[in-house]
Amino acid sequence: MKKLIVAFVFAALPALGMAAGGGVQLQKANIDLADNASLQRGARIFVNYCLSCHSAAYQRYNRVGMDIGLTTDDGELDVDQLKQLMLAADKVGETMTIAMPQGDAKKWFGNPPPDLTVIARARGVDWLYTYFKTFYIDESRPFGVNNQVFADVGMPHVLWELEGMKKAVKKTETDADGNEKTVITGYEMVTPGSMSEQEYDQAARDLTNFLAYSGEPIQLKRKEIGVYVLIFLFFFFIVAYLLKKEYWKDVH
Amino acid sequence: MNDKLMQLLGWVDARFPLTKMWKEHLSEYYAPKNFNFWYFFGSLALLVLVIQIVSGILLTMSYKPDGVLAFGSVEYIMRDVDWGWLIRYMHSTGASAFFAVVYLHMFRGLMYGSYKAPRELIWIFGCLIYLALMAEAFFGYLLPWGQMSYWGAQVIVNLFATVPFVGTELAEWIRGDYVVSDATLNRFFAFHVIALPLVLVGLVAAHIIALHEVGSNNPDGVEIKKNKGPDGKPLDGIPFHPYYTVKDIVGVIGFLIIFCAILFFAPEMGGFFIEHPNFEPANPLKTPEHIAPVWYFTPFYAMLRAVPSIAGSAFPGVVVMGAATIILFFLPWLDRSPVKSIRYRGLCYKVLLALFVVDFILLGYLGVKPATPILTLIAQIGTIYYFAFFFLLAIIPKFEKTKPVPERVTG
Repeated sequence: MKKLIVAFVFAALPALGMAAGGGVQLQKANIDLADNASLQRGARIFVNYCLSCHSAAYQRYNRVGMDIGLTTDDGELDVDQLKQLMLAADKVGETMTIAMPQGDAKKWFGNPPPDLTVIARARGVDWLYTYFKTFYIDESRPFGVNNQVFADVGMPHVLWELEGMKKAVKKTETDADGNEKTVITGYEMVTPGSMSEQEYDQAARDLTNFLAYSGEPIQLKRKEIGVYVLIFLFFFFIVAYLLKKEYWKDVH
Repeated sequence: MNDKLMQLLGWVDARFPLTKMWKEHLSEYYAPKNFNFWYFFGSLALLVLVIQIVSGILLTMSYKPDGVLAFGSVEYIMRDVDWGWLIRYMHSTGASAFFAVVYLHMFRGLMYGSYKAPRELIWIFGCLIYLALMAEAFFGYLLPWGQMSYWGAQVIVNLFATVPFVGTELAEWIRGDYVVSDATLNRFFAFHVIALPLVLVGLVAAHIIALHEVGSNNPDGVEIKKNKGPDGKPLDGIPFHPYYTVKDIVGVIGFLIIFCAILFFAPEMGGFFIEHPNFEPANPLKTPEHIAPVWYFTPFYAMLRAVPSIAGSAFPGVVVMGAATIILFFLPWLDRSPVKSIRYRGLCYKVLLALFVVDFILLGYLGVKPATPILTLIAQIGTIYYFAFFFLLAIIPKFEKTKPVPERVTG
């Protein structure tokens, strides 16, 4: 057991170096925050596949329910629908926390899985979308998978039963300095999952959409208010300008 | 009713110089009538100061200066506090707006020679405000307790560790710990919400009192007090109130349009106003790939990195960076030209100033980029020019061909 833990810790070490894009071309997420159906599907994927290890501890269930349209016809929160998302909570006002103790998580994964409330603001939506789509088989890794945009990630491919397991098609390239390096050119499905490629793309997009919403729940409303604020200020500007002109008539 | 009010005013005036102050600073403060666009930024700086103080007070009501709770309390403000997101974005956008406005205000001073006699103290108070503002922004940036907060503070505090002999102890003394920690967060909070705001408000008062004592400069660099009418009022002056109060309202609304456009539509400003890594909680064990300060510090950061270290110590870079801010204080005595305004100065001053602006922006750009040999070389040239500008100001008046300055302000 001890050996396994050590192996886990070392396996996760490179993850400390915060893998960025690593020069990988990110795929466009093309999310739509106004698409409630997509947000609801994303929320379902999130609570089923992410929320056992990752928390979204700054986010409350009832707020999520109201924001992504889990409402009754008269605009009230639809508690029955919301309850389907609440696998790990009793009260609608609770935050999306998890039961896994941080200490154990650190032992199991090397690094405790980060909270995902604002992950979309840290990583960007295109990164997240690409990340969900570029897990591939790598037997040298503790969970048997690796990721193209997050090299040597400490996380298993939790969505594999949806996407299936694919292996990377690699090719060796020589860069300008004459160094050889292996680059991934594409993927080959080894064990198909329950979804087709298009269906999985949509699922990855829905999940990204939900995380983008979660990063800043107010963002659509913020822009809506912003339009009114600017319209008001433009009118105020005209009035203020005319007032100034009136006062300054006698300055020569 | 009016009589009663006048009686009350008389009662107050017998005990406090209310009417006297109103007249001195507003209704009978004569400002030159030819202020242009560049003269909006003083009143705008005051506006941003008020925005920061008010939004700051509201933020303090929900923020927790605690290594465990700080990050979460910011998200709590963003989600659970009514209009908390608006207050927080006002404050984060306000911080950047403050520097933008102050930089433009300082540039105005450079263009029209507003630092020259008899306004040296106004300029010095202004430089002190700028220094206090940088400290205020630095302390405040730690408070969200994200990765960039943490590592930015680590880098800046470590600058003090480069001081020979006492550096390590000095850095520990500032942090209150061996690394940036909860103790650091608490003291930075104290500095950010009490110490520096007090200093700032005091300095702003001194800046304005000094200004109203000598009177405002103007785009022509003409002293309006030299030409007074028979009533003793400057011929080219107009009372600040109502003329400039109504004019500044136009400036304020114009500013608010830009401010609100950013606040409501791009509060992160592409990662320049709120940096992306700051949405990951501070982690002392995980250094971000690339640590870049917020945009308003980057020119100085570029200078810091441009200076090669001597005997493994980055202290020379720190000295250069410090000198880059301190040299501003000496500007009134470095620039020897008797002509204030750029309008009547020679071509060489115009070219030097334009280059200085380009240089400052270039250094700012280099400060956000990872250092490469070629970029470092450019930053070194940029740093040399930054300092050269000030010394060239002392030399060029010897052969500069200035134009005659008019007796009265033009248009």
